[in-house]
Amino acid sequence: MAIDIGAAEVSYLEHRGVHRGIASWVLSTDHKRIGILYLTSLLSFFAVGVLIGILMRLELIAPGETLVSARVYNSMFTLHGMIMIFLFIIPGIPAAFGNFFLPILIGAKDVAFPRLNLLSWWVYVAGATLAVLSLFSGGGAPDTGWTFYAPYSLRTGTNVTLAVFAAFVLGFSSILTGINFVTTIHRLRAPGMSWFRLPLFVWSLYATAWVQVLATPILALTLMLVMLERIVGLGLFDAARGGDPLLYQHLFWIYSHPAVYIMILPAMGVVSEIIPTFSRQKIFGYKAIAFSSLAIAFVGYLVWGHHMYTSGMSDTARWVFSLLTFLVAVPSGIKVFNWVATLYKGAIDLAPPLLYTLSFIFLFMIGGFTGLISGALATNLHIHDTAFVVGHFHYVMFGGTGFMLFAALLYWFPKMFGRMVPARPMWLAWLLMFIGFNALYFPMLILGWMGMPRRYYDYLPRFQPLNVVSTAGSWVLALGLAVFFVTLWRARRHGEIAPANPWGGSTLEWQIASPPPVENFERIPVIERGPYEYGEIPPVE
Amino acid sequence: MTALGTYVKVWLALIALTGLTVTAAGLHLGSLSVLAAILIASVKSSLVLSFFMNLRSEERVFKVMLGVAMATMAVIMLLTFVDVWYR
Amino acid sequence: MSDAALGAVAREHEHHDATGAKIGMWLFLFTEFLLFGGLFLLYAVYRTKFPADFHFAATTLDVRLGTVNTAILLTSSLTMVLSVAAHERDNRKLSTAFLALTMLLGLAFLVNKYFEWSTKIDHGLFPGAAELATHAPGEKLFYGLYYAMTGLHGLHVLIGIAVMAFVLPVAARRPRRRVRLGTQSASRLALTAEAGGELWAETPEDAVDEIEVSFLYEHNEELAKRDRIVVENTGLYWHLVDIVWIFLFPLFYLIT
Repeated sequence: MAIDIGAAEVSYLEHRGVHRGIASWVLSTDHKRIGILYLTSLLSFFAVGVLIGILMRLELIAPGETLVSARVYNSMFTLHGMIMIFLFIIPGIPAAFGNFFLPILIGAKDVAFPRLNLLSWWVYVAGATLAVLSLFSGGGAPDTGWTFYAPYSLRTGTNVTLAVFAAFVLGFSSILTGINFVTTIHRLRAPGMSWFRLPLFVWSLYATAWVQVLATPILALTLMLVMLERIVGLGLFDAARGGDPLLYQHLFWIYSHPAVYIMILPAMGVVSEIIPTFSRQKIFGYKAIAFSSLAIAFVGYLVWGHHMYTSGMSDTARWVFSLLTFLVAVPSGIKVFNWVATLYKGAIDLAPPLLYTLSFIFLFMIGGFTGLISGALATNLHIHDTAFVVGHFHYVMFGGTGFMLFAALLYWFPKMFGRMVPARPMWLAWLLMFIGFNALYFPMLILGWMGMPRRYYDYLPRFQPLNVVSTAGSWVLALGLAVFFVTLWRARRHGEIAPANPWGGSTLEWQIASPPPVENFERIPVIERGPYEYGEIPPVE
Repeated sequence: MTALGTYVKVWLALIALTGLTVTAAGLHLGSLSVLAAILIASVKSSLVLSFFMNLRSEERVFKVMLGVAMATMAVIMLLTFVDVWYR
Repeated sequence: MSDAALGAVAREHEHHDATGAKIGMWLFLFTEFLLFGGLFLLYAVYRTKFPADFHFAATTLDVRLGTVNTAILLTSSLTMVLSVAAHERDNRKLSTAFLALTMLLGLAFLVNKYFEWSTKIDHGLFPGAAELATHAPGEKLFYGLYYAMTGLHGLHVLIGIAVMAFVLPVAARRPRRRVRLGTQSASRLALTAEAGGELWAETPEDAVDEIEVSFLYEHNEELAKRDRIVVENTGLYWHLVDIVWIFLFPLFYLIT
């Protein structure tokens, strides 16, 4: 099977455009270069977030003040949350891999609005700069937690105003990406690339982009009101002036719960790409997976109240939200079953990308099941605001999205940089990360169940043994991350030269050269088959 | 192309509806007055949407997208009020 | 026109898909809709909680001023749509005139708003004022929402006017980008813009002598289309600002 895409041009990495040096990157409107820009910036912030996380775990190695004061600890978990959420995981897979691969996967030469795309990166950088500034200006680093709950966020002397403004600006970047992706998928699909011939990663990006467009404005508004409250004392969330702080929580989670799906949906999309490639089977239940992405995006809007069970919300709202929360399990379950069914009787090649993907399924399932415990009203009251919740969302966000981001890196690295990643160090990195991860977060589930609250620098002495395990886990995990990224860094220059299709993949990105030519396709391809037709694909080179 | 006269007619209708909503507010209709105000405002905005923003002759995808956005807002309102009404 | 030249047209314009640009604009409008939607949600909740306070507080707003401003904004929507329609009919002068008129009406709206706000502020009715602190909680919320919502709306009017200032020359211009088609070497055919820069070059196999006129026409037509979508999208934004006001007006001024 061959798709006519014309002769190869010079690769996007070697292309000499109008600008030279660093300007050829930061002023480029090439979706591939913007994807790399995002990838480097968000991985840098990830490193900072990890560092703060390790320091927090170090503080928690023993009860009492070990390393930092209560106040510094408060700023640390705020910062860790802000960086990991707004600067790493929300842009995460869509901004890095979505930008790089979406146009290629649908047979286009770029996104619909290339200049807007570049702007979104610059806005992201501006937001990140403001976030960093907020640490060193005004009353110092914010100490509210990344959720900026009123009324404390309205009263604290720390520099919440600037931090909130930073998140506001970052929201714009996210919206721009969303608008760009929806338009791109509607308008720039190659001839013959019908909706049901789209790779499933594209479907997940489509659902994500809609959530970015329709949820982020609510966050923008909420944060704007917090700024106004602090500057002019509007009173809308201030009980002293008749306002209702609970409405802050409503508005915040109206965005932030769907935002959870901005984080996880693209990761699920990557799973749906990797599993068919490495089991050499057509994906099982294509339409079910595609529609479950839309269903998750939709149901994401119905369940925000499950973050507020103990806030004093009405009882009716509590059971309604609890009931609706269980709906999320349906599309998530559909996905997991279809992935497993795809693997069944496949010619499985346990290369690193698949290995990381399988551990995603395992870790995400623990995250999902603990999610049921957190989402059910009665059990939630027991574990609310405890380490259990921290364990739960790290299983989903890090074990889920984080591991899939690594899998995506391993899967697409040869295409992006034209070099292979050696498999052996990546197996070692996986072993370290997998053990470290579970040692770090599983004790949190138990500790939370035992009653250890979250967001304190201190705890009762009887919680110490498991906290030591958890802290030790953070070191193993960090070591694994170090092996992973050092290997990638070295592979970028010294890896074997990658062929066009090292994994025998069947989607469009594998039909073009590695690294891709500037214009992706010399001629726009005409699509005549679905994305996962393995029967017609030549064997691995 | 829409005839220019159509736009002027729509504008006249919008001004008339503004007059109507001011008059209706003066009638002290009780709780109905809010309903009337919202209803008239909805009619006015659908006129703007379909004529001035030309939605009526756009492709279907625009209408579906608008529907999605409006449904989202409706869901958000409704679920928030599940709390507010019963608190 | 030969295949080669058709290909050049396609390449020059493949990133300028009018429907795509319009979809992008509508998606942006949805974000605006939800931004204001959040405020309307707050309004609805507080109104439900404090109906009497809201009604009382609303009596201090000047219905006449509000009605005049509504009429101004509705009229500006009309002039905006007429500007778009004039551009569609290739009447650039009329289009520009209507656009300028829209800007003036927007400014008039803001001037009214300024007087309205300053009267309120003079009476001590603003967040944080000692006078307002003595009022009932529902009234404080009413004014909080009043300033937040009309303020955010006013900001959008201001942005709209600024955008129109940039669009004015776009609406006025008649794109005449001259391109020249010629051979550079024995067999290489290149298309260059008069301002400089090569748009396209190829080594065609078939003869291309009759291209020039039709190509120029297509090209300029395409550029005009690009300008049109800019004017149209400005219009879409302006109408959304109008729609927001259509709801703000009764909810703040007419609930006495």
